[in-house]
Amino acid sequence: MGADPGPLEAALRARRSQGGKALVPYLTGGLGDWLAALAAAADAGADALEVGIPFSDPVMDGPVIQQANDRALGEGITPLGVLDALGRLDAGVPLAVMAYYNIAFRFGLERFASVLAERGVAAAILPDLPLEEAGPWTAAADASGVETVLLAAPTASDERLQRICARTRGFVYGVGLLGVTGVRGELASSAVVMAERLKRLTDLPVLVGVGVGTPEQAQEVCRVADGAVVGSAVVRRMLDGGGPDAVGELVGRFRRALE
Amino acid sequence: MTMAEPVGGRFGDFGGRFVPETLVPACEELEKAFRSAWSDQGFRAELTRLLADYAGRPSPLTECRRLSEELGLRLLLKREDLNHTGSHKINNVLGQALLATRMGKTRLVAETGAGQHGVATATAAALLGLECVVYMGEVDMERQALNVFRMQLLGAEVRSAASGSRTLKDAINEAMRDWVATVESSHYCLGSAMGPHPYPWMVRELHRVIGDEARGQCRRLLGRDPDVVTACVGGGSNAIGIFSGFAAGDAALVGVEPAGGAAIGRGVPGVVHGSKSFLMQDEHGQVLEAESISAGLDYPGIGPEHSHLAAIGRARYESVADDEVVAAFELLSRAEGIIPALEPAHALAWVSRAREELAGQVVLLNLSGRGDKDVAQMMGRLGGR
Repeated sequence: MGADPGPLEAALRARRSQGGKALVPYLTGGLGDWLAALAAAADAGADALEVGIPFSDPVMDGPVIQQANDRALGEGITPLGVLDALGRLDAGVPLAVMAYYNIAFRFGLERFASVLAERGVAAAILPDLPLEEAGPWTAAADASGVETVLLAAPTASDERLQRICARTRGFVYGVGLLGVTGVRGELASSAVVMAERLKRLTDLPVLVGVGVGTPEQAQEVCRVADGAVVGSAVVRRMLDGGGPDAVGELVGRFRRALE
Repeated sequence: MTMAEPVGGRFGDFGGRFVPETLVPACEELEKAFRSAWSDQGFRAELTRLLADYAGRPSPLTECRRLSEELGLRLLLKREDLNHTGSHKINNVLGQALLATRMGKTRLVAETGAGQHGVATATAAALLGLECVVYMGEVDMERQALNVFRMQLLGAEVRSAASGSRTLKDAINEAMRDWVATVESSHYCLGSAMGPHPYPWMVRELHRVIGDEARGQCRRLLGRDPDVVTACVGGGSNAIGIFSGFAAGDAALVGVEPAGGAAIGRGVPGVVHGSKSFLMQDEHGQVLEAESISAGLDYPGIGPEHSHLAAIGRARYESVADDEVVAAFELLSRAEGIIPALEPAHALAWVSRAREELAGQVVLLNLSGRGDKDVAQMMGRLGGR
């Protein structure tokens, strides 16, 4: 630690120091009118935006985001296509990409990191790149000034969580339950426990995602967490035919629930 | 060279543990449990007893007299097709199911392509009283409907993988998603020498019995190792099992991939399903869909140790087309009275094509499974002459 926080961490800390809770919506890059939807989400009160780079084999994702990946790939989106478009987007909040490791690996780790930086993307989340394998990527990301957000799961020991908190940048991404992304009927009890465990271990912003699907669930987990990541609920709205206005409306409801 | 334990979970540049964070502790626990079990004489003895009394080991070594004459070489078959459940898969599954019990897990999750690994897993689950869920691609469920019913008879639940190419790679995705959600009670009984560490190592060790037996059998028959050891390769478990008995010697090792799923023949290094290995993918890193006549080899990747063996030149990898496989399937049936599974028919197709190069040599082929499951498909293709 000790380095100056990057733009993502700075934005999330700013929200917290104002006594607020951070909201980070996720959208799949290349899906429908995604750029306008990102802008709408930012206008509706998102603190940062997470953009998924579609992948053929998204093992950490449930049916909604799988379908979004398939559809976006079917529409011909490429990793560089997503990044170039993000480079032209002026959302006014920090951007993070979510990319399965093979996307970055095939791109070339150094090139991927430098393209992120050039396109103004603050951070990267690689859901199948755990701490032990992250070295080559984090070296490239650090060199380009890209914040690497690590996930922390309920299965980890406190000792492991400590090591994750020491290496993550931007925030620490608490996984709310045992399972893949998707909306559940109620918030898993593990979500609040995850937030409590992480809050005891780090001063970094603690955000919880995976299984946080309604404004009420976001509110519940944010009694402890510093914020929430909301993915499938937003993506489902787009798959159901909702445009940027519908996304903005949904993000606005999450925002108000967190006030 | 001998095939040792991978250092830090890696075989040279390949392997590793590229899994969602949720699964890292489970992989660590599995590695620890397997290392402990594998050095425990009691565990080894129990597995050996099951392999003998339940699965029918040792499997014979059959010398093919008529076919050898026809091809101008000396062909030996390691008869994994004669194991209980009809393929080599039972070796791995009995070991993993015993290990799961030892770890206190009550449920097995598995993927299957042709259905051989699914049937084997369902069998082991029935034997040991474990719950069993098998994921199978929708496309494969259609072309291997009999195996779906077999698994159900054995008490397993078969769930269809309806995303992506709806074949083996997607079944693996679904099995991993299941495991992420059920990791506390479930063991992922992965069916090939692939995936995150410790699977490639563990699955190889559980199939090492193929190579160890075959080496002893060759010594008794020939007084030496064969000149060439060959096996088909999808993920590569039967191949790594038989190679492990001969890697320390001088025998040439040849893996045979389907032309439509040739990870080494057509791939470049990539990371999917937990490890770094050769992978058929496009320029953007999207995994390509494999396509071959055999559901069991329809996989765009390959186990990491095979990538390593290829990279250091200890093994070579060839690929064969569907038509050559069909010809080999018929050839072995007529010449020796053995109907092979389509998977090992790939290895025979290569032997047949390379007969001039192999003239006069002793070739050991791992006959990894029997062809019952493929008969209906071949009847459709060959017209039931």
